[in-house]
Amino acid sequence: MIEAPVKEPRDLGGPEGVRVEVVSRTFKSRRGEVRALERMSLDAARGEIVTVVGPSGCGKTTLLELICGLQDPDAGTVRAAPAVLMPQRDLLLPWLSALDNACLALRARGISREQARSEAAPWFERFGLGGFERARPPELSGGMRQRVSFLRSLLSGKPVLALDEPFAGLDAITRAEMQGWLAHALGLESRTVVLVTHDVEEAVVLGDRVVVMSPRPGRAVAEIEVRLPRPRHRTDRAVAALREQALEALGVSE
Amino acid sequence: MRRVLALAWRPLLLLVALLGVWELYVDLGGADPLILPAPHSVASSLYDDRALLWSNFVTTAQEVLLGILLAVAVGFVLAVAIHFSRTLRDALYPLIVASQAVPIVVLAPVLAFWLGFGILPKLVVVALVSFFSIVVTTLAGFASVDPDLIKLMRTFDSTRVRTFRFVELPAALPGLFTGARIAVAVAVIGAVFAEWTGSSSGLGYLLIQSIPQLLSARAFAAVVILSLFAIALFVLLTLAERLLLPWAHRPRGERSI
Repeated sequence: MIEAPVKEPRDLGGPEGVRVEVVSRTFKSRRGEVRALERMSLDAARGEIVTVVGPSGCGKTTLLELICGLQDPDAGTVRAAPAVLMPQRDLLLPWLSALDNACLALRARGISREQARSEAAPWFERFGLGGFERARPPELSGGMRQRVSFLRSLLSGKPVLALDEPFAGLDAITRAEMQGWLAHALGLESRTVVLVTHDVEEAVVLGDRVVVMSPRPGRAVAEIEVRLPRPRHRTDRAVAALREQALEALGVSE
Repeated sequence: MRRVLALAWRPLLLLVALLGVWELYVDLGGADPLILPAPHSVASSLYDDRALLWSNFVTTAQEVLLGILLAVAVGFVLAVAIHFSRTLRDALYPLIVASQAVPIVVLAPVLAFWLGFGILPKLVVVALVSFFSIVVTTLAGFASVDPDLIKLMRTFDSTRVRTFRFVELPAALPGLFTGARIAVAVAVIGAVFAEWTGSSSGLGYLLIQSIPQLLSARAFAAVVILSLFAIALFVLLTLAERLLLPWAHRPRGERSI
């Protein structure tokens, strides 16, 4: 069992932002050492959406866990406002209703069930989940489950959201819907977001800035500013151009 | 009802066929009825000795039910201790496994001398043979929790106790039921063994009294009741689990929309 470490107040990377500076992280396994990250740097200002794109196994999940304080770097510094994870799979608890699942972060802080419910309930309408408060997770569609999972992380009240390939498990149509929805939700409730994905288009559609990572050991090889109006679409010419730029940085030119 | 029939007719048909073969075998002189009574004499003993069988059944049922409850309590506490502490896991697990190798036939008389001839030594024997499966399946329930979920709870600043209460404990409850279901059959055998080494009532006592008196039909009747009791307990536990933990049981075909 993993014991939760005592949380020391961490330096904020600017007010409510994230600053990862030349961080390295190596794991020791039976077959030797695996260098997950090497001299990785990344900044996210308050309210900024930074998307991180890279080949699989490039240390993206390690990066998020460093930001959330679940791991410590071997070298370099991570300064971040309190951050909450949103895992790749929704990981909703099957014995709880959608509403009680959304309440989990509040309940984890010791808030009573009634108070947590009254705090979470208004969000259901806003997030297009109205009427599904009492539904059990298996009764929800994949997109709805992901929205409940997002709401659960959002209600933790932490200024930084670390999203780990949140739409990877969804079909293409739902994924496109959810990308639009996420942009809308973050418009309602601004947070500093670090979102990792292996989908280059998703990174361009969602991010204010795209950080491109190298294969393992991961480090930032390019940074692309996305100064495009929202809502953006995959088919936009400007999106396609930036996508080409990101692919080139990944070494996958077409 | 139709579903029950649809489910039950095959085992019932097989049972009737086996009983028929058995009846014919005894009737045609294949075995001495004093050693192997025919099904019809077992059936008439079930009816003729019903008062005797019932009063002894009540004793054994008490031993089994209370013993399983004790096993659930002890098994759960041990599983939680092992789950929470690496040290306790290393210290307890080998001993728990070793406890299952102790032959009950050796232990039961010792317990009778130690704890007397009342219900207590029976409860200890029933609990001893039952708790192991409960510990193992409950631990498997704890281990089934996705590590990412534990990480998520940590980023929610959850305490260890709250993570246990909201995530790990509910996840382990189906395991607790599975362990209890596995325990049912051995618990009945445990109760019979315990009664053999010092008691004045119970179906195990009735068995050991009937065999030397050549009342083999009565002995078989006691076995029939023990088997039916085990089946009933198994079914009741399954129904209780579906009622209390409906989320753990999801019939095929009822998929997400």
